[in-house]
Amino acid sequence: MTHDNSRRLLLGAALGAASSPLWAAVDHTGGDPLGSMQWPGLRKQYLGDAPMRFTKDVLVSGPAFADDAMNVPLLVDARALSGTGGGVARIQVVVDRNPVREVLEFEPLKALPMLAFRIRMEQASPVRALVQTRDGAWHVGSTWVQAAGGGCTVPGATRADGSWSRTLNQVQARFFNNVLEGSRRLRVRVMHPMDTGLVAGVPAFYIEQLQLVDGAGAPWWRLALHEPVSENPLITLELPPQNGGGFRLLGRDNNGNRIDAEVSA
Amino acid sequence: MRHLLLCLAAALASAAMAQSRPDMARLDYDLRPRQIAERTWVLEGAVEDFSRANGCNIINTAFIATGAGVVVVNTGPSRLYGEQQRRAIERTTREPVVRVLSLNLHPDYFFGNQAWADRPTQALQGSVNGMQAEGRAYADNLYRLCGDWMKGTESTPSRESVEPGVMQIGGHRLELRRLHGHTSDDLVLIDHTTGVLYAGGLVFANRVPTTPHADFDAWQASLVKLSQWMAEHRLRQVVPSHGPLHSGQGGLDQTRDWLRWLDDHMRASAERGLDLSEVLRLPVPERFQGWAAQPAELHRSITQWYPRYEQQVLGGAAARR
Repeated sequence: MTHDNSRRLLLGAALGAASSPLWAAVDHTGGDPLGSMQWPGLRKQYLGDAPMRFTKDVLVSGPAFADDAMNVPLLVDARALSGTGGGVARIQVVVDRNPVREVLEFEPLKALPMLAFRIRMEQASPVRALVQTRDGAWHVGSTWVQAAGGGCTVPGATRADGSWSRTLNQVQARFFNNVLEGSRRLRVRVMHPMDTGLVAGVPAFYIEQLQLVDGAGAPWWRLALHEPVSENPLITLELPPQNGGGFRLLGRDNNGNRIDAEVSA
Repeated sequence: MRHLLLCLAAALASAAMAQSRPDMARLDYDLRPRQIAERTWVLEGAVEDFSRANGCNIINTAFIATGAGVVVVNTGPSRLYGEQQRRAIERTTREPVVRVLSLNLHPDYFFGNQAWADRPTQALQGSVNGMQAEGRAYADNLYRLCGDWMKGTESTPSRESVEPGVMQIGGHRLELRRLHGHTSDDLVLIDHTTGVLYAGGLVFANRVPTTPHADFDAWQASLVKLSQWMAEHRLRQVVPSHGPLHSGQGGLDQTRDWLRWLDDHMRASAERGLDLSEVLRLPVPERFQGWAAQPAELHRSITQWYPRYEQQVLGGAAARR
């Protein structure tokens, strides 16, 4: 084939492509409403072949612009799925373009299927909540967060000034009534540097597990955290209004340090 | 209050007529000196947030041709601004520039300093220290926001520190005073000869105040002082760094009103148990809705400051087991 011929062929292919619906149907984003090329890989990794749909029933609210890339506030709300597929079993939060994509997994148990928390972002990215109902189906909500970025690769304030070791795993907690009608809000903070492992000389050091148990030892919710959750995580959850009597917050970090604190109503 | 708002609206309208039209292709800020008092001109920035369309020129700079040399107030967001500012001044007066003041450490107060390398560039010592510490981070941010407008700009902190005090330069009795609250060192220039107050970042008009270095209580106290000084010295015009020039206390009152509201709003929200995500979505009162840089500047303030209010209501550490 001469050079000219090949050029003509390529041109023809390009023209054909432009007018061919087959070509238009090739979608490298797996139907992602945010058009992210990372989505097919994320789906394969976290959802496998399980049935899934994108849905507005899962609200993910982030800031229009992440003014502080080390503390990007997110609010995930899957209450609209309470009557779907037996209700929400778990919520998994992932960030397409973070160096560590997993943020947290939340099992609401007795809590409402919603929570607020803050994360670090390395660059602008889609943020997803993958919500599994008890029938096994996945429901995915997403939002774009614009960011100047850099939040994963600089040390947090308490790492930078060394003060983290004096407060490690201290817990602050407070209940607030009726922020949502008929519900009791728990805001809980655990002091922890939550090092991502992406700052030179500072290995990953983060809280892995947290759960709230009542006086009888029954868990009310469970959380698994990963590196992108912000330093000194502050997590907001919604619990039933009745008192569990003698709540405790239990957990541990990836170095085996225990978290065990009373949470008084 | 309504009267004040009308004054501000009128000031804004007249400013709009003289409004420069930045030309992105030629990187021309189209700086137009507007005479506001005897031997006194301002170069008015857009009453907006930073953007490429406005060349990131959102600051008011000024110059006074005293008869014994020109005093320049603030040098703008970039090397190009400083150069164009210098040409604009040279077109307006033949007097040489004798002093270049930056009223605080924020980048648009001193990033034009490269154009004034052969003149005394001055600021309060605390501001100079801040410029040295934060200049590079400011540059990163402005290059990202403003693109080509920043070409060739390097953070060039003021070289000399100034002390508060009165100085007679030519026909003008100028007084420098130090306040704080918007930043830890807010320089205020009073021209007793013309009755113009150069309020720097302490006063915003029709624009959401910026708060990255704010101390809210100190800021309020400084606004009270400014208000007293205006009455005491019969200061007629206020040149805020951001927002339209105006006469009277309209800008002072707006800034006070905003800071009080923001403080109350964050405290009340934290006491209700709201998360930062929720606070970012709450509406602002109608009287603030039309202000420039809304809601971006509000969001920056809340993102930075709300966590402290949350921390206060969470209280002490729970008992460990």
